[in-house]
Amino acid sequence: MTENKDNELYGLMAEFDTSEELVEASRKTYDAGYRNLDAYTPFPVEELPEVVGFKKPILPRIVLIGALVGMTLGFGMQYFASAIHYPLNIGGRPLNSWPSFIPITFEMTILVAAFAAVLGMFALNGLPQPYHPVFNVPRFKLASRDRFFLCIESVDPKFDLAGTREFLRALQPADVFDVEP
Amino acid sequence: MADQVLDKKEHSHHTGAPLIEPGHSYGSVTDKISSIVLTRKTPVAWFLGFSVAFLLLMVFLGSTAYLLMKGTGIWGLNVPVGWGFAIINFVWWIGIGHAGTLISAILLLLRQEWRTSINRFAEAMTLFAVAAAGMFPLLHMGRPWLFYWLMPYPNTMALWPQFRSPLVWDVFAVSTYATVSLLFWYVGLVPDFATLRDRTKNRWAQISYGILSMGWRGSAIHWHRYETAYLLLAGLATPLVISVHTVVSFDFAMGIIPGWHATIFPPYFVAGAIYAGFAMVLTLSIPLRKIYGLEDFITMRHLKNMAKVMLATGLIVAYGYMIEGFTAWYSGAEYEEFMILNRLTGPYKYVFWSLILCNVAVPQLIWFSKIQNSVVALFVVAMFVNVGMWLERFVIVVTSLHRDFLPSSWDMYSGTIWDWATYIGTIGLFLTLMFLFLRIMPAISIFEMRTLVTDDKKSKAE
Repeated sequence: MTENKDNELYGLMAEFDTSEELVEASRKTYDAGYRNLDAYTPFPVEELPEVVGFKKPILPRIVLIGALVGMTLGFGMQYFASAIHYPLNIGGRPLNSWPSFIPITFEMTILVAAFAAVLGMFALNGLPQPYHPVFNVPRFKLASRDRFFLCIESVDPKFDLAGTREFLRALQPADVFDVEP
Repeated sequence: MADQVLDKKEHSHHTGAPLIEPGHSYGSVTDKISSIVLTRKTPVAWFLGFSVAFLLLMVFLGSTAYLLMKGTGIWGLNVPVGWGFAIINFVWWIGIGHAGTLISAILLLLRQEWRTSINRFAEAMTLFAVAAAGMFPLLHMGRPWLFYWLMPYPNTMALWPQFRSPLVWDVFAVSTYATVSLLFWYVGLVPDFATLRDRTKNRWAQISYGILSMGWRGSAIHWHRYETAYLLLAGLATPLVISVHTVVSFDFAMGIIPGWHATIFPPYFVAGAIYAGFAMVLTLSIPLRKIYGLEDFITMRHLKNMAKVMLATGLIVAYGYMIEGFTAWYSGAEYEEFMILNRLTGPYKYVFWSLILCNVAVPQLIWFSKIQNSVVALFVVAMFVNVGMWLERFVIVVTSLHRDFLPSSWDMYSGTIWDWATYIGTIGLFLTLMFLFLRIMPAISIFEMRTLVTDDKKSKAE
């Protein structure tokens, strides 16, 4: 993969008419041993992430951690303020009056978890990303409208410009494009 | 995917009316919704509506400026009615916002696909309603520039907010609600911003939508995380929205004022919020679909479903009114008994009976299929509910306060011209934001509408 001109391209991209064709083609590509591939669709397609080799979602765990952090911070702040930092004895009532701390603890749990979900999602997706080679294909504009794309990246050990192009053509796409880096 | 398509077809057979009119493809859905923002001429109705809204926004700025000069004395507040229009309008606006979250989060979790064409602008409605709501506690502070005293922050006096007070809970609840609603809305918009970025011919629009879309490219793996995040946000927003109006009701229910100190308040407030919110979604969506010709996407089925939710929550609210009366009688507490009699027959009895007319009597018309099928009738009923829910908050706040425990301190309350100007002004704020939103952002979620397109072959033909 190193010596010839393969590395000058980001990869090769095939365009499909329907999501079913794209799923089928992605499955064949993965089965053929390609690992650095990605599919692009105008809406979420159910089986596609698994087909292109996405395995373990870690986002739910990030959100759970966010929720626990928010909960601890929320309750901890109120406990610290009421029982340690500024204790006020009002008629001998308990300083750690936990039932009245529940609403704020709850809100803080939701707040931090929601931030974890959104920021976690963007971070794992590597967004915001101002530049990406796939946009060099003029037809790729339609990935946000009604077309379906499959891209095999040149970093894939199995990538070989002529061979991979031949392979993609055999999948009967509408067209195959070179993706400039 | 093929199975999903079949499911959707079956679904629409069961219920008769379609979620989206037949004959649409991925491309046509995309073009139609994005054209509102990108290519179509802005309708005259938009300019007219925006002018009126902007005029009202100026009324808001004017009345706020005068308030900051003079102080809250320009409002009709007195002793014993220390909480007037500010809290009434705050609760009214916050309640309206709740339908947006209900539609976007709870109906998503319940897999109600009909939510798809109305969730985007319902979420926008939530945000703008919360913004309008937030004005009232801020302005009522008297010194709004010190609002940050409400938040826990390190200060030289080593003081903390009173964490045992429902008013501080409210600060956390409402600010969390506003933040999470904004996140939810923005996440939903990202793929659609990418669509606009790819479709616009205008360089400036390409850059703006490009920045807003964060470089979204529709990768399958991104979509997977995206959907996970969206579902989790929906799961978080669902208990949140219920907690918000619960905490708002605590503002009242934690006090010992007759008519406020009731355990029915949280569920009754939450139902009232959804009721008011759906009325507002109907009020907004009926002119919207007409002006932009979106009858294909916001079909009669949507309007009917919203009317039914409105009817159901309206009945819960009516039950709440009944239980308030029952509790007052059953408690045997003379102040509670007096409060309810005063509410029904006292000086504000016309407000109370108008409320019953608007919120309990008129919405029963929705039982008739003739009304359900008439767009105009639904709009009129929704307007009644909008007014009714405002009257409800007026009744709760004023009739409980104006005749308190000591007859010597009784007084009457009414809003001054500045109260009304501020209130009408926030309607201007809300509508101005709404009109701007319609102009620059896709009012219907494009990528979710694509998933509703049943006929895969049609898009192939294009």
